Amino acid sequence: MAAAESYPDDLRYHEEHDWARVEGDEAVLGITWFAADALGELVHFEAPAVGATVTKDAAYGEVESVKAVSDVVSPLSGEVLEVNETVVDAPETVNLDPYGAGWLLRIRLSNPSEVDALLDVEAYRQVLASL
Amino acid sequence: MKLIYEKSQAGRRASVIPRPDGLQAPEVPEDLRRSEAPRLPEVTELELVRHFTELSTRNYGIDTGFYPLGSCTMKYNPRVNERLVALPGFAQLHPHQDEDGAQGALELEWRLQEILAEVTGLDAVSLQPAAGSQGELTGLLLVRAYFADRGEGDQRRKVVIPDTAHGTNPASVTMAGYELTDVKTDARGNIDVDDLRAKVDEHTAALMLTNPSTLGLFDENIEEIQQIFHEAGALMYYDGANLNAVCGISRPGDMGFDIVHINLHKTFSQPHGGGGPGGGPIAVRDILEPYLPVPAVVRNDDGTFGLDYERPKSIGKVRGFTGPFGVFVRSYAYIRMYGPRLREMSEVAVLNANYVLARLKDAYDLPFDRLCMHEFVLSARNLKRDHGATATDVAKRLMDYGFHPPTVYFPLVVPEALMVEPTETEMKETLDAFCDAMLAIAGEAKDDVALLKDAPHDRPVRRLDEVRAAKNPVVKYGFEPSAVAAES
Amino acid sequence: MTHPFLALTDRDREEMLRTVGVSSIEELFRDVPGGVRLGRDLALEPPLSEQELSAHLGDLAARNADTTRELSFLGAGIYDHYVPAVVDTVLQRGEFLTAYTPYQPEMSQGTLQSIFEYQTAICELTGMDVSNASGYDGTTVTADACYIAKHATGRTKIVVTEATNPQVRQVVKTYAPGFGLEVVEVPHDGGTTDPDAVAAAAKGAAAVIFQQPNFFGCLEPAPDIAAAANDAEALSIAHVDPMSLGVLEAPGRYGCAIALGEGQGAGNVMAYGGPHYGFLAARQEFIRRMPGRIVGETVDAAGDRGYVLTLQTREQHIRREKATSNITTNQTLLALGGLVYLTWLGPQGLREVGETCLALSAHAKARLRERAGLEVLFSDRATFKEFAVRVGRNARDVIRDARALGVHPGYALGRDYEGMDDVLLVAVTEKRTLEDVDRLADVLAEVGA
Repeated sequence: MAAAESYPDDLRYHEEHDWARVEGDEAVLGITWFAADALGELVHFEAPAVGATVTKDAAYGEVESVKAVSDVVSPLSGEVLEVNETVVDAPETVNLDPYGAGWLLRIRLSNPSEVDALLDVEAYRQVLASL
Repeated sequence: MKLIYEKSQAGRRASVIPRPDGLQAPEVPEDLRRSEAPRLPEVTELELVRHFTELSTRNYGIDTGFYPLGSCTMKYNPRVNERLVALPGFAQLHPHQDEDGAQGALELEWRLQEILAEVTGLDAVSLQPAAGSQGELTGLLLVRAYFADRGEGDQRRKVVIPDTAHGTNPASVTMAGYELTDVKTDARGNIDVDDLRAKVDEHTAALMLTNPSTLGLFDENIEEIQQIFHEAGALMYYDGANLNAVCGISRPGDMGFDIVHINLHKTFSQPHGGGGPGGGPIAVRDILEPYLPVPAVVRNDDGTFGLDYERPKSIGKVRGFTGPFGVFVRSYAYIRMYGPRLREMSEVAVLNANYVLARLKDAYDLPFDRLCMHEFVLSARNLKRDHGATATDVAKRLMDYGFHPPTVYFPLVVPEALMVEPTETEMKETLDAFCDAMLAIAGEAKDDVALLKDAPHDRPVRRLDEVRAAKNPVVKYGFEPSAVAAES
Repeated sequence: MTHPFLALTDRDREEMLRTVGVSSIEELFRDVPGGVRLGRDLALEPPLSEQELSAHLGDLAARNADTTRELSFLGAGIYDHYVPAVVDTVLQRGEFLTAYTPYQPEMSQGTLQSIFEYQTAICELTGMDVSNASGYDGTTVTADACYIAKHATGRTKIVVTEATNPQVRQVVKTYAPGFGLEVVEVPHDGGTTDPDAVAAAAKGAAAVIFQQPNFFGCLEPAPDIAAAANDAEALSIAHVDPMSLGVLEAPGRYGCAIALGEGQGAGNVMAYGGPHYGFLAARQEFIRRMPGRIVGETVDAAGDRGYVLTLQTREQHIRREKATSNITTNQTLLALGGLVYLTWLGPQGLREVGETCLALSAHAKARLRERAGLEVLFSDRATFKEFAVRVGRNARDVIRDARALGVHPGYALGRDYEGMDDVLLVAVTEKRTLEDVDRLADVLAEVGA
């Protein structure tokens, strides 16, 4: 069963349907409920290597369902500290729990000031409403 | 049903291989010798025939029934073609046979080239590409060679493609080393000419366009589009997937296109074979002829036919030999049975499509309310919105009525797309039965959507779990008891 | 006026036009601007009846010297192996012949299961983990493999041995500029390739492509070539003859990353060059980089086993410009012919065909030496079913003279290799007999080769 639609208040969002949970100079990244629902049940996560660099607004990986594939865009820049192996092994975890067990990467921020430019939940909901 | 490997028993076989008397095979050096035999099936010939006969009954072809798979032109495949292609003079001819021992084959290829030049309104033809997508790549490599020769190779890096294009177009653009520029579709289903004008400049190498488009609509602005490209010094590529609509009516060359690929398995009746073979000859304007693949099939001054390898500007070879010859035999035969009456073929294809469209457009959403060409795109979004029935559900339910479904979810610009291409070879009675089924299904969506959701009910299998297949791919037999039982 | 492939009567047309709401067929084309109309009849010859067509094509076919009319020792990539009747029987089933790509699996279990069985057979032959549903031919699958290698390694150099089929090399070179690849060739040394030369060339390469048996018919030191590629972390790609794989080792067993080749010899008639199938198989790690269709096993809503196209997100209709290839239509029917043939053979039959080819071609070498006094080239190298002989004068002239006596003695290697104008490449399949070989020797002696 996929999760019910939700957009937590404590996250920052990117208009390409990605979220970031900022924790000091690190952040946890994932895709939003909207993105997971639009793709359908995920069957594959093509993850970057630990140690790789991710760049704000650039793709760092791909998520696939049976009928669609989508770039995952990084909301922030930094170095990959950890890839969620649970999602690599069981990609549907993203559909079940997009903001919890379905996180994708943990990164160390190279430019923490980028956080300021991200959307808050209200702004992201407006993005969704405009689609 | 069981796999052939599950029917295998050591000690059975279907073949007897000649073993010349008194001859001993020399030893293969040990490090190159096969260490373990491949586990091919071991069955008798009767078991073999029964296995594949049973498999065939789990399939559906044009010979089985109506197959309105949009963009694929599933027309009747005349049986005489199968007999002709099997003539020993064609089937048993080695491709390295000397030219004087292959005059009949070369003449057939040359004649087919001449015919395709006339049908497309262009000057020169290469039959070599193996399928439409390879024709596309070949055409784009010609574009590269042409601009490189003119010193514009580094400058012209972009190829323009409408958002309705087949996925092959963007994939071919990347494989040819070009960058993609997407152009939008306007409210009438034509290319958005303003968007186009803004995106075409001195960096543009070519346009790739299907006309009629994958929406089944003839682009009403084709003359203006031609002007935009040629004024920018760019070339125009015609994806011939939909040529069945316009044979003898409007030729790509007359529309201003410089390169065309022709899908012989669509317009010219090569059987689709469960996914191939196809044929993707390309026709080009004279300025591009020097770059065509080698060898070229030519008629010599003395009236004989030959292969010309002396083409210094040629892009090279894209496939072995002169192309898929058996495909040429069938398509040549098919065209010769029509001659100039190919025009009637296209006319009836367009009439059949418009008739089905007229009967269905009130029950399904019609994104572009125009006369269509040889195919049209409906949307099941009304059924999804009102009853939760998707294009997939409609497709699966059609199977219960004995029809192959239309193409679904393509083109991407139409949500819940159902793309219907009846072709000219279908009777009115068949079209009516299909329309009746489509209308009945629209009614069922309202009254009992579960009928659609559970469909199909009468096929050899029920709906299949594609997620499971993709998540943990099993792509060959494991030679152990399968985790999933074969139903009897 | 009626036509056998046009189903509408005049009355049908009238009724249908009325339903559409137009008065004439002409009106259906009102969106086509006048300026792009043809405005005349196509300048094509008048239509033929089926009977007239059969006579015309019968006449064209009769002007070809096929292998039922000429004793042929031609090979060089396409081979005259026996194709059993069951192949025709299965391929002419309309349900296979007239279906298309199995987009709707419930309508296509026959095609899907047979492709799954084909993939299994190719993996068994090659010792690989995953096979696609077929490519166009032995040349294009090699180009496809270069695309895999580029993306798998991030490198841009392709190494190919000179003893690889010239047409394969030409196609790779045609595709290479679009892929952003450069192609480097490693010359042969006495009929086979020196693994040390491969090792030197393989540094920084995306892939090393070699052919086994090679174009001269010689057996390459394939395990050493593969090792040289693997040491350089280039993909080792073996272009193999499926008909050799009952007696020669599977590329997967000597460390190759990819095995591919021309499938024609296994179950397809020669047909002047096609259509045939190319096969492409790889180790598991490349499954998401494979071009073309792949069929996978799954279950249906009732829990029963069934088959679907899988991993479709690799393909052009979903991934578009980022796809692993542009292939849609492939060669499914020809691959089905391959599966039926390999099933007919079974493991014993495949080995026996290979042994008969080995035995007959060895016999032919001896006979050409003894009866025709010809020098076998690269005579210290082991061969499979094909070998090179010096004929003492231009091989093309020898071919012409031998054909006048009803024997096509082989392929002129001078077409592709400098210094080999007097070398003939002779292929001996299991379809040839001891008498055929004697006749070849006699004819070559007679024409003064």
